[in-house]
Amino acid sequence: MIKQKPKVAFYWCASCGGCEETVVDLNAAILDVADAVDIVLWPVALDFKYHHIEALKDGDIAVSFINGAIRTNEQAHISKLLRQKSGLVVAFGSCAHTGGIPGLANLTSREEIFRTSFHESPTVVNASGTVPQEDSLADGMPVRLPAFWEEVHTLDQWIDVDYYIPGCPPPPALVLSAVTAILEGKLPEKGSVLAPAKALCDTCPRRKTKSENTKITKIHRPHEIIADPEICFLEQGIICCGPATRSGCGEVCINGNMPCTGCFGPPPGVIDQGAKLISAISSLFNAKTKEEAMEMARQVVDPAGTFHRYTVPSSLLGCRIHKKAAMPADGRMDREAA
Amino acid sequence: MKTITVDPITRLEGHGKINIFLDDDGNVQKAIFQVPELRGFEAFAIGRPAEDMPQITSRICGVCPTAHHMAATKALDDLFKVTPPPAAKAIRELVNCAFMTEDHALHFYFLGGPDFVLGPSAPPEQRNILGVVGVVGKEIAGQVIDIRRRLRDLMALCAGKPIHPVFGLPGGVAKAIPESERTQIQQLGRDTVKFAQFSLDLFRKIVLGNKDLLELVTGDIYYNETNYMGLVDADNRLNLYDGDVRVVDPAGKERLKFKPQDYAKHIAEHVEEWTYVKFPYLRDVGWRGFVDGPDSGLYRVAPLARLNVADGMATPLAQAEYERLYETFGGKPVHHTLANHWARLIELLYAAERITELADLPELTSPDIRNLDFGIPSEGVGIVEAPRGTLIHHYKSDERGVLTGCNLIVATVGNSAAICMSIDRAAKKLIKNGNVNEGLLNMVEMAFRAYDPCLSCATHALPGEMPLAVEIIDSKGVIVQRLERR
Ligand code: SF4
Ligand code: SF4
Ligand code: SF4
Repeated sequence: MIKQKPKVAFYWCASCGGCEETVVDLNAAILDVADAVDIVLWPVALDFKYHHIEALKDGDIAVSFINGAIRTNEQAHISKLLRQKSGLVVAFGSCAHTGGIPGLANLTSREEIFRTSFHESPTVVNASGTVPQEDSLADGMPVRLPAFWEEVHTLDQWIDVDYYIPGCPPPPALVLSAVTAILEGKLPEKGSVLAPAKALCDTCPRRKTKSENTKITKIHRPHEIIADPEICFLEQGIICCGPATRSGCGEVCINGNMPCTGCFGPPPGVIDQGAKLISAISSLFNAKTKEEAMEMARQVVDPAGTFHRYTVPSSLLGCRIHKKAAMPADGRMDREAA
Repeated sequence: MKTITVDPITRLEGHGKINIFLDDDGNVQKAIFQVPELRGFEAFAIGRPAEDMPQITSRICGVCPTAHHMAATKALDDLFKVTPPPAAKAIRELVNCAFMTEDHALHFYFLGGPDFVLGPSAPPEQRNILGVVGVVGKEIAGQVIDIRRRLRDLMALCAGKPIHPVFGLPGGVAKAIPESERTQIQQLGRDTVKFAQFSLDLFRKIVLGNKDLLELVTGDIYYNETNYMGLVDADNRLNLYDGDVRVVDPAGKERLKFKPQDYAKHIAEHVEEWTYVKFPYLRDVGWRGFVDGPDSGLYRVAPLARLNVADGMATPLAQAEYERLYETFGGKPVHHTLANHWARLIELLYAAERITELADLPELTSPDIRNLDFGIPSEGVGIVEAPRGTLIHHYKSDERGVLTGCNLIVATVGNSAAICMSIDRAAKKLIKNGNVNEGLLNMVEMAFRAYDPCLSCATHALPGEMPLAVEIIDSKGVIVQRLERR
C-alpha cells in the first residue's frame, strides 16, 4: 500500500503576497517539498462556499500555513475552518504572527481609511459620496463584499495557533528548516516560534562595535547621515531594533547597511517588542535630567510606528479584542462582546 | 437570473473574484471583477516619517515590492528636493531591471505561459508550470529557476532583501556595489539577454507558429480600444525607471505628456459600491463608465500599453522585436489584450540589455552614493513602471518630513476598469445559452491573466492543484450547477 503523504495547505489572509513569493524563492528545493507532501490548497485563496476545505475530514490536513493578518469576516471564517480541518496550524510571517505592517492600520480607524481612500484622495472624484458596501447592486445585480473590520488582528487572536514562523517575509532558509522539522516531527513545544532564540544583536556582524555603555546625544534618521557600514547603528545614533528583535533573518538589512526595523518580532521572554525597545533605547540617552531625556525622546518622530512597526495588533497598544473572541456564525465581529 | 461566480480566479496576485450574471436565456448580461480587500496604506502612512515609506509601501505587494520601493524612493527625492548621485541612480535602475526581468520571466513561464504552451483548453491539471516543463523540457525549467535565482541574488546584494528591499533613501541608496562584483554582473547581464532571446523564440514558435493561438491573440475576444499610459524618455522611447508620463489615445495619437508632479491634473478616480478598488480615468474626458472605443476615458497600463505609448525601444535587440510585433499586427496601437504576453517578453529583453549597459557604467561601483543636500520637505511624486504598469506614489509632509498626505495609484488599479471590460467582453463572446465549461471559463480568466496576475501561480508550480470553483446560482441563491477545477 502506498503511504499517504501528509496534506499541507497554504492560505493567505490580509497578505501582500511576499510570504508566498518567499516560498517560490525556495527555488529548486520547492520540488523536494512538493515530493514529500500533498499540497491540497495553495493558495487556498478565497472560495466563498469554502467547499474544498469543508469537504475534508476534521484534522485531515497535516499542517496549514496561514499568512497575512485578519481584517475581514471572510479571512476569520476561513482560518477557523482551516483550524478545524488541520492537525497543526502555523502562523507564517509577521502579519499572521504579530500583525505586520498592515497592522499599522490599527493606529488609524476604518472611517479614516475610507475617508482617505474614497473621499479625500486628490485624484478621487466622488460627488455622490459613494463608498464600497458589503451588499450592493452592480448594474442592478446583487453582489457582496467581505466586511472590512475596524481593526487588524493577528491569527492567534482568532484561532489556536501551534507554531509561528517569523519575518516579513520569513527567509526561504528558515521556511525550509521549519517545514523539515514539521515533516520529521522534530517539533519544539507548542506555541514556539520556529526561529533561533537569540536576539539579533547577538548574531549581528556589527556586535563587536556595540559598546556596553553607549551614550547617544542625538538621534539621526537613516537618511540624515551616511552610516558607517561597519559600526553598530545604535552607536551612530540611528535607531536599530536589533536589541529587541529575534535573530534568524541572516541580518539582511544590516548587511544592506540599513538598521533593523524589527520584522522578526520579539525574542523569547519579551512580551511587548516595542516597550522593550523603548526601554533599551532610552537607556542609551545621554541625559542627566528628566527634561534632557524628554528632549531626546522627542527626537523619535514616530515612536508607535518605529518601535511597534510590525506588532501593533499584538502589542499592548494594540487591538482591543480578546484572544480567540467568540465569533458569530456569519463571521461578523461582535464589538460589544469583544 | 443565474449568477456564475468564479472564485477564486487563479494565477492572480492578491485576491479577486469574477461574477458573471446570466439573463433568463443563459446569455451573459454582465461580468464584473471585484477586489474584495482593502488595507488602508494611504491612511496609516500619515504620521509616519517620510523616509520609512519605501519600506512600508513595499508591503502593499510582495510580488512587486521593488516597484513600490522604487516609486517611494523617487517620491522622497522629490519631497526632500534632492538629486541622487549618478552611482545611486545606476544602482537603483540596475535593481529595477533585475526585478523586471525575473518578474516577467516568472509570469511567462509560471502564469500566463501555460495557457499558450499547453493551449487554453488543455486539461487543467496539465495547464501549469509542470505542463510547460513537459513541453519545453527539464533543462529549460532549470534555466528559468537558475536565472531567477541569480537575479534575486543580485537584488539581495544591492538591496538587502529581494522581497521588501531596504536600500532606497532620499538622495541615494544605502549601499555601494564593490568593483569586485562587476564582472559577475556583466556576465549575468549577458546570460539574461540570451535567456530573453530564447524566451522570445519560444513564444514565436509556440504562439505565432500555431494558427489557433495566433487567432486567439489577434482575434476579437480579447480586444478593447482604450487609451494607453506609460513612461517615456526624452526621445519618447520606453523607460521603466524614469521620465515623463505619456498617454496615447485609442488611435495611437499622443494625447497627453506630463511630468510626474502633474499626475493629479490628468488622472482622476471613480468609486463604485461593489468593489474596494477605484477606477482611474483621464480627467479631461471624464468618467463615462466601462466603455471603450474612440470616446473612452479609460486608460490601460502594463507592457503592451508601454509599447503602444513609446515611439521605440532604447536598446537595439528590443527595438527589432518591437518592430516585429507591430508588423505582425499591422500597425500601432495594438488593442489585443493577449499581445501583453508578447510585449512582456520584449520588455524582458530590453531590461536585460539595460543590465548589460548598466553593468559597464564606470559610476556603477562608485562609493559616492548619497547626496545629503536636502531642501525643506513638502511634497513629492514618484512614478516608475512596475511590471504591471505605471505606479504612482504621492506624499505630502510637514517641514520635519512627517507625512500629512499620501496618494497611491498602483499599477493594477490603473487597469482595473479595463480588466472589468475585458472579462465582460470575453464572457459575452464565450458563454452562450447557459453553456459553460471549464475550458471556456479558463478563456474568461485569460482575459485578466494577460494583465499579469501573479502569485497564485505558485499553485501551478505544483502538481494538479488549481482551486477554482464556479457556481451557477439562481436568483434565490440556490446552487443549480457546480463546476470544480482541481
Ligand atoms: S509578513 Fe510581510 S511578506 Fe508576509 S504577507 Fe505580511 S507584509 Fe507580506
Ligand atoms: S543595534 Fe543593530 S547594528 Fe547594533 S549590534 Fe544590534 S543589530 Fe547590530
Ligand atoms: S534585520 Fe530586522 S528588519 Fe531586517 S530582516 Fe532581519 S529582523 Fe527583519
